[in-house]
Amino acid sequence: MRVLIHRGAESLLLFWLVVSLTFLLAHLAPGDAADLLVSPSASPEEVTSLRRTLGLDASLPVQYVRWVGGVLRGDLGESFALREPVVRVIARALPISLALGLTSLVLTFVVGVSVGLFQAARRGHWQDRVLTGIGITIFAAPSYWLALALVALFTTGASWWGFPDWLRLPAFGIRSPASTAAGWDAAREVIRHALLPVTVLAAIGAAGIARYARAAALDLAGSDWVRTARAKGVVERRVMGRHLLANAVPPLVVLFALSVPGVVAGSVFVEGIFAWPGMGRLMLAAIAARDYPVVMGATLVYAALVIIANGLADMTLYLLDPRRR
Amino acid sequence: MTTVARGALAALVVLALLAILVPELASVDPLAIDDVLGARLVAPFARDAAGAWHLMGTDRFGRDILVRMLLAARISLAVGIGGSLLATGVGIVVGAVSGWWRGTTDRIAMAITDALLAIPRLVLLLLCAALWRPGAMTVVIVLALTGWMSVARLVRAEVQALAARAFVDGARASGATEWHTLWRHVLPNALGPAIVALTLGVGNAMLLESGLAFLGLGVQPPTPSWGNMIAGGRDLIVIAPWVALAPGLALVATVLACTVLGDALRDRLAGEHVRPLGERA
Repeated sequence: MRVLIHRGAESLLLFWLVVSLTFLLAHLAPGDAADLLVSPSASPEEVTSLRRTLGLDASLPVQYVRWVGGVLRGDLGESFALREPVVRVIARALPISLALGLTSLVLTFVVGVSVGLFQAARRGHWQDRVLTGIGITIFAAPSYWLALALVALFTTGASWWGFPDWLRLPAFGIRSPASTAAGWDAAREVIRHALLPVTVLAAIGAAGIARYARAAALDLAGSDWVRTARAKGVVERRVMGRHLLANAVPPLVVLFALSVPGVVAGSVFVEGIFAWPGMGRLMLAAIAARDYPVVMGATLVYAALVIIANGLADMTLYLLDPRRR
Repeated sequence: MTTVARGALAALVVLALLAILVPELASVDPLAIDDVLGARLVAPFARDAAGAWHLMGTDRFGRDILVRMLLAARISLAVGIGGSLLATGVGIVVGAVSGWWRGTTDRIAMAITDALLAIPRLVLLLLCAALWRPGAMTVVIVLALTGWMSVARLVRAEVQALAARAFVDGARASGATEWHTLWRHVLPNALGPAIVALTLGVGNAMLLESGLAFLGLGVQPPTPSWGNMIAGGRDLIVIAPWVALAPGLALVATVLACTVLGDALRDRLAGEHVRPLGERA
């Protein structure tokens, strides 16, 4: 129990550091928000008054205290571009990203671990080499380029090669324009729209995970207890299931936590290309519009996701593995 | 070195040579816009109205994509290598200092490292790039600022392990100063993982650079970089997919070569370390 409390406190401390860092980074930038917001013809008085409304005339420590206080109260300020509280803007975008991200994460994991284990079982055979090659190639490709390639395939390619109707996947948006579908039809529509973005995210994630899973499985396969089990005459399937997989759970939990930032980062570009109105697209739009409160808020949310994932992984490890207690 | 790794090294050398030579020697100027109507959006392997042949086709202004890709390779390689060299340098210094002196220095350095690691690298990169004026130099600095943390941790662990070894006591006993011991005796032995991280980091840095350029936060047109070339072809993806896809192929091939080379180096230098899952664009 004390370990868990300790770990929780550590996470909070980390989050506070991130909050401070984002503040520092935003204030290190040349010029401030007021310079960006006013029209070029504005008088100095107007700039001064805007600076006062935005709270930028206060000293740096005061602004810092206000920022931290705001974060504690769940108030991240107001978006410059949308004239709306940042929290509300994020609350709209976050569920979409979470749904996309979690689906991809689960798929990433299932595909990645299966491929990795298959490769480990076939180590050195041609299947292993081919899959390794495919894996590092996907891992070397930028997500936005893979996404664009899929868009090209399902637009230009679909008409060149005459794809059948069911394979003509929509490449943009979360719903069809002016769609009136409801109930199951609406769900089907969203799922069809999700197929391409999820494929890109899961392919990249799985490529990374498969490498890890393969290495971890080979590591375990060389261990004494596996050799002993085999020597006892335990059948191969049981060796894999009871002896290997059971010991592979802790590294898998760590892997899960490690893959969260990748999916988060991937979603920035993938949402941008496929026009999904999630956090990634919000972040990009905010950067383009120099909407700093939203940029800072989104950064905090991303960091919080990673910290939570890491914290949960540590706690799960602690509960799973008696040696850590 | 395996055959594959040798091939990767050869491919990188050839790419660097082509990037240096071709834009200088090519008959077409990669930046000039001449006969837009006669030469724009020529498909790969096709000839334009004037009869000139384009291996990778042309973009919307009729510029040859292959020559532009090779010109872009200069920027991408320079920024990738520069960014990860600088990041590795910072990482080595922070890791060495905090691993060697431990105590408060170590705690503060590692707290900052952990906080920065908690923000996904791409998000941190976007944040920094959005705050400063875009350009090649900014990208290099931002790549360094957001990439030193994992190297620092590797080097710190290595330095801490080495600090307990007998040759360190030997150096101290023979009157070497702390700095001298760290710099001449410990650090050279701790660099294996850092060199591996550097090689793998080049590919990663190139991916991130291209991502920033794609978003308009990196190298600015008309200077071509692979990222802004892909961005330029984005709205043409339906009618002329090669404009966006060709530069991406060059990027994938280059990053792949760096990864293969990094893996080969790791097998030689760092033993059985499992590769950290890097942030990517």
